Amino acid sequence: MATVIHTEELAVSFDGITPVFEGLNLAIEKGEFVTLVGVSGAGKSTLLRVIADLIPAFRGTVRVDTPHDPTRRNIAMVFQAANLMPWRRVRDNITLGLEGLEVTEQLKQERVRWTLDLVGLDAYADRWPYQLSGGQRQRIGIARGLAVDPDILLMDEPFGALDAITRNTLQDELLRIWKETGKSILFVTHDIEEAVYLGDRVLLLGDTPAHIINEYSVDIDRAERRESEAFLREVDKVRAGLQAAIDGAAGDA
Amino acid sequence: MTPGKRYLMSALGLASFLLLWEAIAQSGMMAAHLLPPPSTLPATLLSEIRLGIWQEMVWASLSHYTVGLVLGSFFGVTLGVSVALFPRVEASQAWLARVFRPIPPLAWIPFAIIWFGISETAAAFIISIGIFWINYFTAMTAVQAVDKDLIEVARAFGHRSLYDLLRKVILPGAAPGILSGLRAGLGQGWMTVVAAELFGIPGIGQRMIEASGLLASEVVVLYMFSIALLYGISDYLFVRVQSKLLEWQR
Repeated sequence: MATVIHTEELAVSFDGITPVFEGLNLAIEKGEFVTLVGVSGAGKSTLLRVIADLIPAFRGTVRVDTPHDPTRRNIAMVFQAANLMPWRRVRDNITLGLEGLEVTEQLKQERVRWTLDLVGLDAYADRWPYQLSGGQRQRIGIARGLAVDPDILLMDEPFGALDAITRNTLQDELLRIWKETGKSILFVTHDIEEAVYLGDRVLLLGDTPAHIINEYSVDIDRAERRESEAFLREVDKVRAGLQAAIDGAAGDA
Repeated sequence: MTPGKRYLMSALGLASFLLLWEAIAQSGMMAAHLLPPPSTLPATLLSEIRLGIWQEMVWASLSHYTVGLVLGSFFGVTLGVSVALFPRVEASQAWLARVFRPIPPLAWIPFAIIWFGISETAAAFIISIGIFWINYFTAMTAVQAVDKDLIEVARAFGHRSLYDLLRKVILPGAAPGILSGLRAGLGQGWMTVVAAELFGIPGIGQRMIEASGLLASEVVVLYMFSIALLYGISDYLFVRVQSKLLEWQR
């Protein structure tokens, strides 16, 4: 399998002195679903932003290795708050990332239909964002990310602000979309169960300055993840790892 | 209160005011030239229209107003947006704005006359100053208040040049603020239009001074209401455009 995201000894710093994380080495394979949990302030969101080239690396390198295609973007991001443009109708929010690509109007509208169908909001193309519920807005945020048909989807706690039932539904929808499209996903969450439920691998970010301190492969069939013993054991393992990281950080301070 | 009832109450308020005014004017407590009764207004309007004066004055004022409005709004918004976008521009204007902003538009009348003579240009210049400052500050504040998260979204989806960011996020995001500045300027312009004409530039203000010199106070009142009417019409039209543009707001 090909590696699509590769970071080497990566560090990011906001003040140019203290790194948020340092020596971060990460490789994500094509089609892989990787989740990222960690001590708060360890730079989980920051890692997504440096991969998306929204902020610069302080040290080290990020390599994103995807085929060039003028009708697609290699990376798309889904944010914690949906952050739709309130002055654009749902349809035009979804096509935001398509503007500037070499796509025809017809292809744009096809992508709108396709992504709205994937997130189950076919009837909402002409609504304004204020007319949607929080969960619906979040779905449109996901549709906006999928519309550019990216090789890599970076997701920053996309379900964090939702109620438990909506969250479960969207998790399952995301898994379905992932299976259908074969995209590579790097998914940040603070919810350990969510991380174990979704990921092929769970990465644990911690320590000061932060780096990846542990990694858990989840070898449980996804159909059996919600309730099985094996799933709960895996969740406990990750939780223990995170707890140790938090205690370690407290010990340092 | 239902909208219909509210409408009725508003009409009643205005009607009682006019009635009270009429009663006082008719009672003989005050001379007619001190307080002309409102019932004389229709006849006054007709005679001014018949003489062709009303149309001429309103047209003249409208043209000063429009030129001043367009210039003041354009430069106000453009500079206000630039200041908000570029920290260096912001820093270089800070003291300049502090020095010039408190100077009222009417204080520019002497220089307007020195530079442009008693001319239409002078009136438009004075009108544009007040409008400029309103738009300058509201546009600046509106752009500064644009949601930084939305700018990040636009960047994440490939819109990274300043031009693209302006088009996709900054201007639409600042639009509600910019439009409310334009609307305030629209009102401010009518406030200064009369004053700008008092020193002899043809228009409503000039006609009012002329009429007051002749103690034709009903003519003065007529033009006072004409301004109110013109302001009402321009504000109404603007609000219609504004609500169409901001349809996306709750």
